[in-house]
Amino acid sequence: MDALDTLLLSRIQFAANISFHILFPTITIALGWVLFFFRLRFTQTGDEKWMAAYRFWVKVFALSFAMGVVSGITMSFQFGTNWPGFMETVGNIAGPLLAYEVLTAFFLEAVFIGIMLFGIARVPGWLHMLATGLVAFGTTMSAFWIIVLNSWMHTPQGFEMVDGVAFATDWWAIIFNPSMPYRFAHMMIASFLTVGFLVAGVSAFRWILGDRSREVRAMLKTGVVIGGLLMPVQILVGDMHGLNTLEHQPAKVAAMEGNWETQGNVPLLLFALPVEAARENRFEIGIPNGASLILKHKMDGVVPGLNDFLAEDGTALHPPVTPVFWSFRVMVGTGMTMLLLSWASVWFMWRRRYLHVGRIAGHWLAVEGLPKPILWALVPMAFSGWVATLAGWYTTEIGRQPWLVQGVMTTEMAVAEVPAPMVLGTLIAYLAIYAGLLIAYVSVIAYLATKAARGDDVQPRGARPAPGAVPAE
Amino acid sequence: MLPDFTNPAEWLPWAFASLMGLSILIYVILDGFDLGVGILFPLADDGEKEKMIGSIGPFWDANETWLVLAVGLLLVAFPTAHGVILSSLYLPVFIMLVGLILRGVAFEFRAKARSGQRKLWNAAFFTGSIVTALAQGFMLGLYIMGLEQTPATYGFAALTALLLTIGYSFIGAVWLIHKTEGVLQGKAIDWSKGGLWSVMLGIGAVSLATPFVSPRIFGKWFSVPEIFYILPLPLISGALVLWLFVMLRRMPFYGDRLNWLPFAVSTGLFALAYVGMAYSFYPYVVPERLTIYEAAAAPESLLIILVGACAVVPVIIGYTVLAYFIFRGKATALRYD
Ligand code: HDD
Ligand code: HEM
Ligand code: HEM
Repeated sequence: MDALDTLLLSRIQFAANISFHILFPTITIALGWVLFFFRLRFTQTGDEKWMAAYRFWVKVFALSFAMGVVSGITMSFQFGTNWPGFMETVGNIAGPLLAYEVLTAFFLEAVFIGIMLFGIARVPGWLHMLATGLVAFGTTMSAFWIIVLNSWMHTPQGFEMVDGVAFATDWWAIIFNPSMPYRFAHMMIASFLTVGFLVAGVSAFRWILGDRSREVRAMLKTGVVIGGLLMPVQILVGDMHGLNTLEHQPAKVAAMEGNWETQGNVPLLLFALPVEAARENRFEIGIPNGASLILKHKMDGVVPGLNDFLAEDGTALHPPVTPVFWSFRVMVGTGMTMLLLSWASVWFMWRRRYLHVGRIAGHWLAVEGLPKPILWALVPMAFSGWVATLAGWYTTEIGRQPWLVQGVMTTEMAVAEVPAPMVLGTLIAYLAIYAGLLIAYVSVIAYLATKAARGDDVQPRGARPAPGAVPAE
Repeated sequence: MLPDFTNPAEWLPWAFASLMGLSILIYVILDGFDLGVGILFPLADDGEKEKMIGSIGPFWDANETWLVLAVGLLLVAFPTAHGVILSSLYLPVFIMLVGLILRGVAFEFRAKARSGQRKLWNAAFFTGSIVTALAQGFMLGLYIMGLEQTPATYGFAALTALLLTIGYSFIGAVWLIHKTEGVLQGKAIDWSKGGLWSVMLGIGAVSLATPFVSPRIFGKWFSVPEIFYILPLPLISGALVLWLFVMLRRMPFYGDRLNWLPFAVSTGLFALAYVGMAYSFYPYVVPERLTIYEAAAAPESLLIILVGACAVVPVIIGYTVLAYFIFRGKATALRYD
């Protein structure tokens, strides 16, 4: 009983820490590239608005980066303090991957961020641009290595077990394990979507506050266009990811679909309340044959059900259904909202492009064209990427349970024998700190936006039209 | 001390222990001065605070990464030791992490939050720095005591916690001598003079305690001919301390010359103390319980990391030096443009 409590608490603690951590990489990975883009546009066009956009977002980047670093350090200690069994069993594989992450990614980003943030006046323009690019590249490398490891935990290959310890036999197979390309692509796009909506949402907020500066227009368009372009790609990649999972982790897909019996003509459920005890769903609303069509590309395609994953005595060998089922729907639902909103925004801005005010007359998108409801909808969507990303990770990770490394070791085997009260105490403290930091983080971003909208940001004069030059709506 | 270089199961663990040791030493010195500046923070006025932050702003993140590397190496090269050490230091590790979190985010928040909140984040910056230092010192003490948890070892750990904290503030102060000028530099010189006493005490206390942890270490120190190998360590350390005392009394020199020398000498002092400790504990990674050879991971995995490390670490050192070069000279308040 005691070990079980420690297990449950350690799982909650790990989930809390990684959930908090991933919020910030999700922002820094893509925001690094977006900053590089702003910097590049400034160099190409000499237009001050790009530099103003850079200056604003680099602050958000610095803040997110610091949050990512400190929570990441917590993560790297977690393996030792809470999951010693993990490294003892698969350390020969996880170790080198983590080491390569530190060597090729962490140092790169940590050193060059100093130059990127504070070096503008000290180094030549090309070196500053290079530093910005290297920071972005570093965050991407870091995402690559950690996703390799995480994907290997889902679809392990290229190793052999000797006396209960994994030994690598083929590094190529380990790195390019079957789910890695899909997961990496899906995560990178998730990061860009998160940043696209963050940039669009914060810019919409500044616009609503009356900010009509040229950089706000540039930023809002950049954000919305990123969202509109990438969302369809994300659906495509997500679909391929799901098909790959169907091949390697069918129990997870069965839980995502809420499909209790292996059968054909499976509907795509939009709503249902899975009941674990009765092994059925209540209040199903679905699209007939939808799941069969998506997963097997046939109306009557046979989709594996949860009944395939029962032990002789009836205990479940599949993940808990409700959290997987629902987090999957939260992710897809958020994605669909993103698609609708970004396309609607682009459409309105394009249709009323003649409203465009600015130097380059007749530019093909006009922020003035956005109806108020859409502007107001963009603001809360600023953090929608976080919701979808967390929901996606919950689907993936809870969907792997009871395995820690699919088919190799269960989560229970890895846990440390730390007294439960100690885990509980530290858990509560972490949660309190994280709650405080999240509030501080979001309010500082709102404060920075308000300050910039009121025009008292540190920026060269003339970069914006004088306040009030364009009448507010 | 040297392993058999024809046998991978011997020299690989040895190489990794050296790499990990080096990484910890670099961490202690580099993040040592960051944390030290944080600990000295309340002693400065508002304008000086900005300069102090400016003196570490471009570096602290990279400095902290050496800790990540050290823990990473412990994790990958000595997985069993990693489990033993970190689960028995569960609470101090947690407290250190809270300190690191506070310090790191306060750095950014104090510059970006509304000005009314600046006092709060300054306090968080100081608290984070000092809590991190205390927790690290406490862990050091427990580690020296072989990770045993008794009232006596806790007492010793409390002492090392205090001494390491003062040691960090000392190296922070000599860093400030290098990076600042005028009144603040004068203050930094005074702080260094005060800190030097405790540094001396600290190194002395640890050196005295270590041989008594086990007869094996005692033998390594006080038998012939070993004593002659080890004798240069205390002698050179003593000379360096003396040199620092004399130098600090005359600083600042005319035209602010040699302002980097106290930092360099202090680095040497820390390195010597560290080498002494490493010598005592070798070949154990968990003192008196687990040697590096017993705790090592599979040679194939170690080799693949070593290849990467040999290729990448020189590059890392290269661009780290570049960053210090770019931000050379006296610190100014940090600006994003
Ligand atoms: C998809 C991306 C991703 C994922 C799943 C993780 N991380 Fe992370 N991590 C990053 C992407 C990232 C990053 C983008 O590279 C960060 C965020 C901000 C930053 O500074 O680097 C980072 C920072 C970061 C740091 C600080 C690096 C530094 O000092 O610069 C550590 C130690 C870790 N992470 C460790 C982990 C561990 C042990 C994880 C898993 C259990 C993990 N991260 C999941
Ligand atoms: C980045 C986003 C990630 C999120 C949001 C996330 C979330 C989660 C969640 C919610 C669980 C708990 C599942 C359960 O116990 O029911 C879990 C389990 C786990 N994940 Fe992840 N994970 C992420 C990435 C990773 C990565 C990159 C690794 C390893 C390299 C990893 C390793 C683990 C381990 C060791 C467990 C088992 C411990 C546990 O059950 O809590 N995760 N994760
Ligand atoms: C709307 C269409 C989408 C589809 C069809 C889709 C599909 C999937 C699938 C099947 C998984 C589970 C992978 C597994 O089996 O392990 C997944 C995971 C995930 N999703 Fe989505 N997704 C969509 C939208 C989004 C959006 C909009 C985001 C974020 C902005 C997102 C972020 C994630 C993340 C971070 C994961 C976990 C990492 C991974 O396994 O790739 N997804 N997605």
